Amino acid sequence: MTETSLYVIQQLINGLTIGSTYALIAIGYTMVYGIIGMINFAHGEIYMIGSYITFIVIAGLLGMGFVSLPIILIIALIIAVITASTYGWTIERVAYRPLRGSNRLIPLISAIGMSIFLQNYVVLSQSSRDVALPPQITGGWTFGDPSVFEVSFSYMQLLIWVATVVVMVLLTLFISRSRMGRACRACSEDLGMTNLLGIETNRIIALTFIVGAALAAIAGLLLGLYYGVVNPFIGFIAGLKAFTAAVLGGIGSIPGAMLGGLILGVTEAMTSAFFPSEYKDVVSFGLLVLILLFRPSGILGKPEVEKV
Amino acid sequence: MTTKKFYNAIFASGIAFVLTCMMVGIKLDTESTTLRIEGASAEQWGWIGLGIALVFLSQLFADQIDAVFGKVPKPNLGKLMPAGEKRDVLKPWLMAALIVGMLVWPFMVSRGSVDLATLTLIYIMLGLGLNIVVGLAGLLDLGFVAFYAVGAYTYALLSQYAGLSFWACLPISAGLAALFGFILGFPVLRLRGDYLAIVTLGFGEIIRILLNNWTAVTGGPSGISGIAKPTLFGLEFTRRVKEEGNVPFHEFFGISYSSSYKVIFLYLIAVILVIFVVYLINRLMRMPIGRAWEALREDEIACRSLGLNRTMIKLSAFTIGASTAGFAGAFFAARQGFISPESFIFIESAIILAIVVLGGMGSQIGVILAAIVMTILPELAREFSEYRMLLFGLLMVLMMRWRPEGLVPMKRPHLELKT
Repeated sequence: MTETSLYVIQQLINGLTIGSTYALIAIGYTMVYGIIGMINFAHGEIYMIGSYITFIVIAGLLGMGFVSLPIILIIALIIAVITASTYGWTIERVAYRPLRGSNRLIPLISAIGMSIFLQNYVVLSQSSRDVALPPQITGGWTFGDPSVFEVSFSYMQLLIWVATVVVMVLLTLFISRSRMGRACRACSEDLGMTNLLGIETNRIIALTFIVGAALAAIAGLLLGLYYGVVNPFIGFIAGLKAFTAAVLGGIGSIPGAMLGGLILGVTEAMTSAFFPSEYKDVVSFGLLVLILLFRPSGILGKPEVEKV
Repeated sequence: MTTKKFYNAIFASGIAFVLTCMMVGIKLDTESTTLRIEGASAEQWGWIGLGIALVFLSQLFADQIDAVFGKVPKPNLGKLMPAGEKRDVLKPWLMAALIVGMLVWPFMVSRGSVDLATLTLIYIMLGLGLNIVVGLAGLLDLGFVAFYAVGAYTYALLSQYAGLSFWACLPISAGLAALFGFILGFPVLRLRGDYLAIVTLGFGEIIRILLNNWTAVTGGPSGISGIAKPTLFGLEFTRRVKEEGNVPFHEFFGISYSSSYKVIFLYLIAVILVIFVVYLINRLMRMPIGRAWEALREDEIACRSLGLNRTMIKLSAFTIGASTAGFAGAFFAARQGFISPESFIFIESAIILAIVVLGGMGSQIGVILAAIVMTILPELAREFSEYRMLLFGLLMVLMMRWRPEGLVPMKRPHLELKT
């Protein structure tokens, strides 16, 4: 194989890795949008907080002398998911629930305020500097001719792929099989009618925030380990990317968010392969604008009908 | 009932504990290459305990607290103004007094406060511009700072490469920002409110990234420095003239040189620009186009069924708002003498949005007051400067929750029938 094609394969692997974490964050956007029709602008900050919690737990356990990596990761996962879900629930309770039923712009502005608040809360309580964690999962496989170009696929990337697939399967089962999942789907179909049928819609809305935050925390854990660096400002750009992924796949549709995340990740990796990497953000925002212009309902979304 | 409340309060304080114990109670710290954690100081834990206790008590006595706060009248600065005919008589005099005061004031105070006032005026201009887009037309624009950047870079580049003066560049900057607004707005304004917010946010980021990376023209992250200052009909406010043929201000009038002339001159330009913008927007609001903006904000479908062209109306709001930002940007570049992409980050857009929201969407007086408060308060409370953005965020949430119409709610220009 030529050098270029090997390079493209390498970028495809990297892109799918990043893309699957985008998909995890995007599900939080898409579930909330599907039910109450608002953009949870503070969702990216939940991802950032999830990353921080992961770092704190891992650093704490390593400091206490734990050596078994799987146990450390599982404990970190549990604590990060619980804390991030609590944040998600509280944000909904404090900043969005009192505003339900008002003009569309009002919850959005409240969400922007919440996002600024959380970002600066972490700046003040931790610090605005980068915090680095030495790589925990090292090693991997390499393919290709070492004299031409070596494609590497690390264990960390494998972990991200496997974890994402497992989480997605569990989520799909939860949404399609469980009683709560059915209530979720009913809410996104018709919130008022679901309420009339005796389902506590407020509880279901809170649940979607909790599930979204838990997935963002998992993404925070995986990306935190993958990059090894975290700072209070990562949530903003990651949130924007994940939102792009959600819109790309069709906002409101969970399979759409998964697909959108993967497409966006691969597009970005391919862009940075052939152009200066600074322009990858330009390309993904440009992509967002193009989708919204030509197919606002996304790849798998249903076109929205405006009702009087 | 009381036991239920008690459980509620316990639950809320438990939530507060989970929220704070990890993020505030433990601090990440890097020691050479290893990452370690350290517990927060006893003082910080004291604060956490205090916060949890507050949450517990406020949940336990929620009804009583609501009852007390229900009696406190909501602040409505709009009601302070005299009403009816008395107001019509007083208004021109008040306006005249205000304008004279603004023109005379800088000669009596220190240089620093004049400089701060100039900065406030820039934010007033930006706030008024965004107010057209968000407040009147109801289009949430999160990338407003992009137009500000376009205005600033237009002046900086034109003065550096083409040697054009500030006064020639001012309309060009406004026009170019308006053109950018038009080009962005034309495809995007068909989108619904929240999509528009994200697209404008993305656009703001794109502009910033381009400015940062197009090093050959914009100087990249190091920005452009040495931007020419405005002149008064060719009179320069420097000790020695930079350009051949110009005369310094102090030599022309035969007075000794003082650097505060320049500061005062910049302030006066800003005052004139703000008065111009306020007047223009005030007129526009009373014109059919201004009415159409508000009508569109209230009910888009009704507007369309009445035969209003929604794309043109939205586009006009977007373009005029952008041109105001371009105006402010050109002036900002002239005042600073140095610009870099650092000045045009998302937070700047958020601050301008916070000004509009705090003042009251659509209300000009409200936006002006809010801009004054938002720029002067951080200066007065310098020891709290690190909490500034935290409080901005909190303020936006609280305002939306308790007073979404702002401190000075908008009043439509209207006539009352007397019966």
